[in-house]
Amino acid sequence: MNRIFASRLLPLMATGLVLVALFAAAGAGYENFLSARVVLNLFKDRAFLGVVAVGMTFVILSGGIDLSVGAVMAFTTVFLAKVIGGLGWSAPVAMLAAVGIGVGFGMFQGWVIHFFRIPAFLVTLAGMFLARGMAFVVSPRSVEIRSAFYDDLGERGLPLGEGLLLTVGPLMYLVVVAAGMVVAHGTRFGRNVYALGGNEASAALMGLPVGATRVGVYGVCGGCAALGGVISTLALSSGDPTRGTGLELDAIAAAVIGGTVLTGGRGWVFGTFLGVLILGTIKTILDFDGSLDPAWLRIASGGLLLGFILLQKLIARQSVS
Amino acid sequence: MKVLRSTLVWPLVALVVLLVFNAVASPGFFHVEWKDGRLFGTVVDIFNQGARVPMLLALGMTLVIATGGVDLSVGSIMAVSGAVAAMQVNAGAPMVQAVGAGLGLATLLGLVNGVLIARVGLQPIIATLVMMVAGRGLAMLLTGSQMVPFANRSLTWLANGSVGGLPVPVVLVLGLAVVTGWVLRRTAAGLFIEATGDNEKASRLAGIQTGGVRLAVYGFSGFCAGLSGVLEAANISAADPARIGDTRELDAIFAVVAGGTALTGGRFSLAGSVVGALLLQTLTLTLYNQNVAPAVAPVPKAVVILAVCLLHSPRLRARFGKRTQPVAA
Repeated sequence: MNRIFASRLLPLMATGLVLVALFAAAGAGYENFLSARVVLNLFKDRAFLGVVAVGMTFVILSGGIDLSVGAVMAFTTVFLAKVIGGLGWSAPVAMLAAVGIGVGFGMFQGWVIHFFRIPAFLVTLAGMFLARGMAFVVSPRSVEIRSAFYDDLGERGLPLGEGLLLTVGPLMYLVVVAAGMVVAHGTRFGRNVYALGGNEASAALMGLPVGATRVGVYGVCGGCAALGGVISTLALSSGDPTRGTGLELDAIAAAVIGGTVLTGGRGWVFGTFLGVLILGTIKTILDFDGSLDPAWLRIASGGLLLGFILLQKLIARQSVS
Repeated sequence: MKVLRSTLVWPLVALVVLLVFNAVASPGFFHVEWKDGRLFGTVVDIFNQGARVPMLLALGMTLVIATGGVDLSVGSIMAVSGAVAAMQVNAGAPMVQAVGAGLGLATLLGLVNGVLIARVGLQPIIATLVMMVAGRGLAMLLTGSQMVPFANRSLTWLANGSVGGLPVPVVLVLGLAVVTGWVLRRTAAGLFIEATGDNEKASRLAGIQTGGVRLAVYGFSGFCAGLSGVLEAANISAADPARIGDTRELDAIFAVVAGGTALTGGRFSLAGSVVGALLLQTLTLTLYNQNVAPAVAPVPKAVVILAVCLLHSPRLRARFGKRTQPVAA
């Protein structure tokens, strides 16, 4: 019993260990790396990815995949820029509308996947092109967002002392992670998601609402992607149709590094949180160093993703035999 | 009505519809002229550009999808091979060696995909997604994220030259398609691929080396992507590591699916994929002709690919018509 428990949490512990090791190595290698400001900046910089990755975790837990998240995020940013700047909507209304669009788009994808039995990767790949193209329809160029609400929100946050401020973006990120943990591990919907990912046929035979769960999961993911877009506009005060290219892989990588198994049914939202921090730390190290080619970021995240999948394989093989 | 059952019919019908629309909407669409010993015209362009990327990628992708997999890394592998070929000619290597190096590395990356999938047992989507990101990173790393311009007549000829009046890529790619199709259908290789995609376990028990089959198709897909990347670089005499092959994996999947190869594997049609690639290229060109911005062009493409998939969907087929019911075995 003890051993089973240990092997179950092993991926999560490995993730934590990698994070600590990365931080320790960076702290030893670079001066001033181990400071609250660096950590805070990491949170600020990766908040949008963190939120998107939570949504992705739900989709992967249900046994699916969503490749459209980066494009949905990009669409959200230009949508916000357009309706706030061009049409004069009030910012909070625009944000709610944007998240609503994200949820709706996600649910539509989930419905197509479920009802027509088309592979999730194909539907969401098409969704990615659809959303990216629509972003370019809204605005072919990057647009600045000028809004008193944005300026005001930029100055607000949770003071942490020493002049450090946890701004709204990273705060939203932490809230989403907490909410995700509650939903995944403490609600009926969460249990259905795990059941669906574990074995769809048995979930259906048990009388669980398979269709509604799947539609809901993609809705959550679309909503998270849109919320990621909102956070990104808060950080950069602009909308850009090219933003979030390749984000889907980062989000998948974060989930997998955090111990979520790609075939579904097993994983933790908290693990994804750690995964995002690992990816963020690698990026921070590359930024800190300056002499390393930024291309290493892609290779490192690809390699790390591969390493963790192999680790999962190894664990799965051991627990079977 | 055997003709209607052929998977080739629908992509051909769609292609004809598009061509008729173009003939009406843009006069001179079918104008082809002979100048300086080669053919010029919009239709020739469709063949040329269609061959260079979608058709070539679709060749490899068809076989990958037939085994029940998918290869998302083709765009990144294009970037790697284009960059390698460009850097080789800049270093003074002859064209054949440069192209060989690009193709070799591309095939190797494809084989890495194959090993991860066939030997390690990763899901194809994930293994090739990793390669998609790491491959793009490799291309950036090799070139220092800079565009690599080059001046090499014989490499440029590969994309812009002509053989017997036809553009070199058209001859090259159609030739490759015919040879591939001939080899697959005249030997048992095609059957092995379809068997692997249909039921891997049963095929393995029947004595087919399914691991070897999968390894080979991903290697071949890498090779095709590599050739496509070299041609893309040769076309503009420069390799752009960030742009070459970007989002082209969807084009390849589009061509394959539109051509009647089922995503579930077990069946393939190379001829269908060739027609699918021409359909895609014609659609792209039609959108440009109708002044749709290039960045917006993916929207209608995505709609078409979804529509095609819906038509293939068992649910829809069950509802609308017994015509498409499979013959009981």
